[in-house]
Amino acid sequence: MLSTNPFTELSAAIGAEAMQIYVILMFIAVIVGVIIDVVHKKSAAYFFENAKKAEKAAKRSISSGDKMSMAASTLTGEVLTSSEFANPQRRVSHLMTMYGFIIFVVANVAMIFGSEAGIWPLLWHLGALSLAVGGGWFFFAIRVDVSSEGGKWYALDLRGDLFIVSLLVMSVFALLWSFSGAGLSGLSLVFFILFIAAATTLFTTVIWSKFAHMFFKPAAAYQKKITRADGSQENLPDVGEMNDPAVQARYPDIPEYMGTNPPDMGLGIKREKPTHF
Amino acid sequence: MPTFVYMTRCDGCGHCVDICPSDIMHIDPTYRRAYNIEPNMCWECYSCVKACPHHAIDVRGYADFAPLGHSVRVIRDEEKGVIAWRIKSRNGETDLNLLAPITTKPWGKHIPQLADVTGPSQDQRNSQLLYNEPKYIRLDDGDIHTLESNGLELKEGVYY
Repeated sequence: MLSTNPFTELSAAIGAEAMQIYVILMFIAVIVGVIIDVVHKKSAAYFFENAKKAEKAAKRSISSGDKMSMAASTLTGEVLTSSEFANPQRRVSHLMTMYGFIIFVVANVAMIFGSEAGIWPLLWHLGALSLAVGGGWFFFAIRVDVSSEGGKWYALDLRGDLFIVSLLVMSVFALLWSFSGAGLSGLSLVFFILFIAAATTLFTTVIWSKFAHMFFKPAAAYQKKITRADGSQENLPDVGEMNDPAVQARYPDIPEYMGTNPPDMGLGIKREKPTHF
Repeated sequence: MPTFVYMTRCDGCGHCVDICPSDIMHIDPTYRRAYNIEPNMCWECYSCVKACPHHAIDVRGYADFAPLGHSVRVIRDEEKGVIAWRIKSRNGETDLNLLAPITTKPWGKHIPQLADVTGPSQDQRNSQLLYNEPKYIRLDDGDIHTLESNGLELKEGVYY
């Protein structure tokens, strides 16, 4: 069941071209949405303004070789392994959601555009499953409204939850449609309509939802690395190591009160999870 | 000027919400980032600035040390047990880096217990520092006065 192409019956009914046109339209909707998002919210303008401010406060210059290596480490760290997440639950659920979405979309495009390779149906189902599980875990348990604010999972905010809800609905009904025979009659038709409605909502509401974060976050992570490397570090102080003799010479309070090799003090206010409801 | 959050650095963790003594840091329900709901009530105590793990909150420094157009940023590093400040003037010529310890022992482990410390000896009680200690804390004799030890009890409600 996991390796049957769900689109075979559909392409017999409505034709492969209709599906391909739909996919292309969704791609265009995303691109247009991101461009309008950037222009209307002036996110790019503010981003580059901040970058210029950081450059003015820079203490060191960074070579283009360093910049390339920072871009590469952003790709392997923040992008591929979501290393920005400190909370391990959020990190794992984000990885499942992200890779599920990517694999699902790629498998959709591959099968709709005619690829006969047997791996695609399996990837389609696995991607949808990963998206449903990871996204569901986030939606029901991890998002801040539920875990820290004491809100109920069904108390939705329209703009805030548009992205995750349309992702979840899309993946769940895609799987239900496939497991109910991937046809166009009866229950299968209902599932298919909901699947397509959720997918269309997801890709056409880019301006109002969180969708564009997948393009902005890598840029922001790269920019943050640049500020740490060129010394501006958003005007934050250098802390250094407490057993470093240079630090102890500069700040004599440190060895006087803490000794020359202070231990790891552990966590104080960060010990508890911030549940503030 | 009250605290403000850099929404691009915030991840909605809620440490600032927990620590704000005025309860004015909340999480925006749409963007899921922290924000100051009542800037008028902000005392600029710097609690949220120090508590934020991503250093996403900023506030203007107090006017007695911070010139116009300055930048004041702080890092409270719990594991190292230090607090670090950086004060920059607007032309960048003054760039102070300050570092001070905030604990000498690991957090939560070496809390001194009053019961472990012996009370003052009779000589100490008669000394200049403690001779005047009032009777109600019973440094003269006996145990501490409490309501129970005097046979009283606290009644609920308000009495006029």
